[in-house]
Amino acid sequence: MSEERIGVYVCHCGSNIASVVDVEDVAVWAKDNLADQGVVVARDYKFMCSSLGQELIQDDIKEQGLDRVVVAACSPHLHERTFRNACDRAGLNPFLCEMVSVREQVSWVHTDKELATQKAKAMIAGGVERVVYHEPLEPLRVPINEATLVVGAGIAGIQAALEIADSGFPVYLVEREPSIGGHMAQFDKTFPTLDCSACILTPKMVDAGQHPNITLLSWSEVERVDGYVGNFTVTIRKKARYVNEDVCTGCGICIEKCPVNVLDTNFEAGLGYRKAVYRPFPQAVPKYPVIDTENCTYFKRGKCKACQIFCPTQPNSIDFEQQDQLLQVPVGNIILATGYDLFDARRIPQYGYGRLANVYTSLEFERLCNAAGPTNGDVVLRDGVTKPEAVGIIHCVGSRDRNYNNYCSVICCMQSLKFAHLVKERTGAEVYNFYIDMRTAYKDYDEFYQKVLEEGTHFVRGRVAEVTDAARQPGEDGKIIVQVEDTFIGKQRRIPVDMVILSSALEPRADSDEVAHKFGIACSANGWFIEKHPKLDPVATMTEGIYIAGCAQGPKDIPSTVAQGAAAAARVLGRIQQKELALEPIRASVIAERCSGCRICNNMCPFNAILFHEDRMVTEINPALCQGCGTCVAACPSGAITGTQFSNEQVLAQIEGLLMFGVNGNLANELVPA
Amino acid sequence: MADKQFEPLIIGFTCNWCSYRAADLAGMSRVKYPPNVRLMRLMCSGRLDPEFVLKALRGGADGVLITGCHPGECHYLEQNYKALRRFLLLRRTLKQFGVEPQRVRLIWASAAEGARLAQEINKMVEEIRALGPLTWRDVISANGDRPLEALPAEEVTA
Ligand code: FES
Repeated sequence: MSEERIGVYVCHCGSNIASVVDVEDVAVWAKDNLADQGVVVARDYKFMCSSLGQELIQDDIKEQGLDRVVVAACSPHLHERTFRNACDRAGLNPFLCEMVSVREQVSWVHTDKELATQKAKAMIAGGVERVVYHEPLEPLRVPINEATLVVGAGIAGIQAALEIADSGFPVYLVEREPSIGGHMAQFDKTFPTLDCSACILTPKMVDAGQHPNITLLSWSEVERVDGYVGNFTVTIRKKARYVNEDVCTGCGICIEKCPVNVLDTNFEAGLGYRKAVYRPFPQAVPKYPVIDTENCTYFKRGKCKACQIFCPTQPNSIDFEQQDQLLQVPVGNIILATGYDLFDARRIPQYGYGRLANVYTSLEFERLCNAAGPTNGDVVLRDGVTKPEAVGIIHCVGSRDRNYNNYCSVICCMQSLKFAHLVKERTGAEVYNFYIDMRTAYKDYDEFYQKVLEEGTHFVRGRVAEVTDAARQPGEDGKIIVQVEDTFIGKQRRIPVDMVILSSALEPRADSDEVAHKFGIACSANGWFIEKHPKLDPVATMTEGIYIAGCAQGPKDIPSTVAQGAAAAARVLGRIQQKELALEPIRASVIAERCSGCRICNNMCPFNAILFHEDRMVTEINPALCQGCGTCVAACPSGAITGTQFSNEQVLAQIEGLLMFGVNGNLANELVPA
Repeated sequence: MADKQFEPLIIGFTCNWCSYRAADLAGMSRVKYPPNVRLMRLMCSGRLDPEFVLKALRGGADGVLITGCHPGECHYLEQNYKALRRFLLLRRTLKQFGVEPQRVRLIWASAAEGARLAQEINKMVEEIRALGPLTWRDVISANGDRPLEALPAEEVTA
């Protein structure tokens, strides 16, 4: 007879559990059959997690002197905290409570009521046997470092960084390109208001660049992440710029004097040129240029140095000897806002991109109509002079297409409507939008669609089959022909145009898997970072202390991106304000007298928490580094290592309980092999 | 019990971060699997002491399912590799005791693979039902009191 006084609480969860498991029977059974294990009360209740349900437990703890509690309800990942808190309120150490998941693991996955009820009983027996070995524990309190790392300085990262910095906490903002700004810096106008992208973005870039609480690390990448929530150590590679940021004034004379022109496939999307020493665009933040060693004459042939010769600063800002620097920064929380890649339209060869000169990607077109772009905003064909008379805009290129991406890229419809408007405004050309469905669901979006309709843009519903320059009919010579089935009239159409714009899909960054792995979070099958809960926790991840924002989490428009950046910042600020973090006290420790000094456990730990004392020939575990996986506990041949909450006694007792019954209800000892 | 169909009893170990959440997800998506398996939680597959498996088999289980995060996705970086090594060794030892290797399985299941976990459970229950109850002593004596031959070069089933 155990001296423990255990209470067992079986939840109906409305009908979620009760419709499959005979909960009353289970409770009665537990009281009658688990008395030897120490069960003195067993109850069932409609909603154990409701305040009345919790009070039931609290009252029993106080009135019946319970010292252990087992709750058979949903998954502990949902309500473990709820019931632990209830115990705490009644003066019982919260770690003396154990949950048994009879909803997720029984009623929701089984149909046979009798067998499900048997299984629920066995699982409760497991929980009861286990809880006997629970010990009162205190959560581990660790201080939270106030600094935050924000990875990616597009609009999501900038927004998040500013929110946190404005609240008075330090931020490291890391960006791998020479300037912050992200894709938004490349755009011309933003839908549906048509305000100029640069006009609304650059003030924020400047704020981020000058903020006393923001350490801006552009042309830098995160190399590794150590530690855990509250106390990460991040190693950042600050790539050599070959420009000394301490003395450079950003005057731009080096750029002017550099004799090398390089096709800019990045910022200008291949439509314009930059120098070998460059900043991506004039309003770049920070203002310091970068030398592109692949194209710089000095790096290639050892001669030139024009930039250095003409640099007016004292001492000279150009430093050809500069090396990459590795910085280590301690931070408490991390926000990943690494953005998206644009679908490579070459992957759909029948749309002719890369083969037909006047087929453009959406990003190319953004640069083309940008007043600061290569044509100063003139919408002209690749020859640089001819204005198009007819333009086709194809939606959903690489999205909603089983061959490429199943998902909708969210922004393409609105972006295509914006393009239609801009083409009309700048050239007066006939515009044809080829779409599958029109998706304009957001504030003022459908109004914008109505406006574009009124402007006289033609809308053709159907997925484009081919974009070709092979003329077949009169009037097609010298044109690009868009071949499409117009599904409204059920006919094939060939529409000759001068320019085609492909609204390409947003895709996860090519290295999203690698980045996810580095930060210990997960990617969905498509490659987007997975949030903790798709509805109720959209910016947290399964890994404590790591948050996500912007398109890295999935395609979205600018308003949603900004909202997510701010939301992630709010979550981080909430964390920082707590000052301390309560961690599960699941840790391993060595019983020194039992340790034989065999050192088998010594290389089991990836966190370097295990140290060996040569002098005493015993091993010790540093609780500050231990993460509680238990691998060393399992490895120790002398049983000298024990792990709180998952001790051998607890696990073995639970196994025994689980085996109390066979599947059909026969007693386990009938099953023991002869 | 003779007239009842043999219902194997399987104890399953899950890690807190991936496979337990896969079981949660199977529940949330109402995927069905047979009630022959009873799961319990460890923090990581690396916590799996081979003794736990022996305890389960000795105590009446006909099979043991070990699950963890996919390689490279362990919450504790690489502990599932250690679980894999132990598992291979354990299965070899068990075979010498007369425990058929199908009775102890290791599978990786991510938090997104509820349906897959259920599928694997289905398969395992079927396989063990076909094997019959665990009677290691009979297996050994049927083999002239010699252990079963060593396993061929290991293939990982996960
Ligand atoms: S945490 Fe899942 S296997 Fe290690």
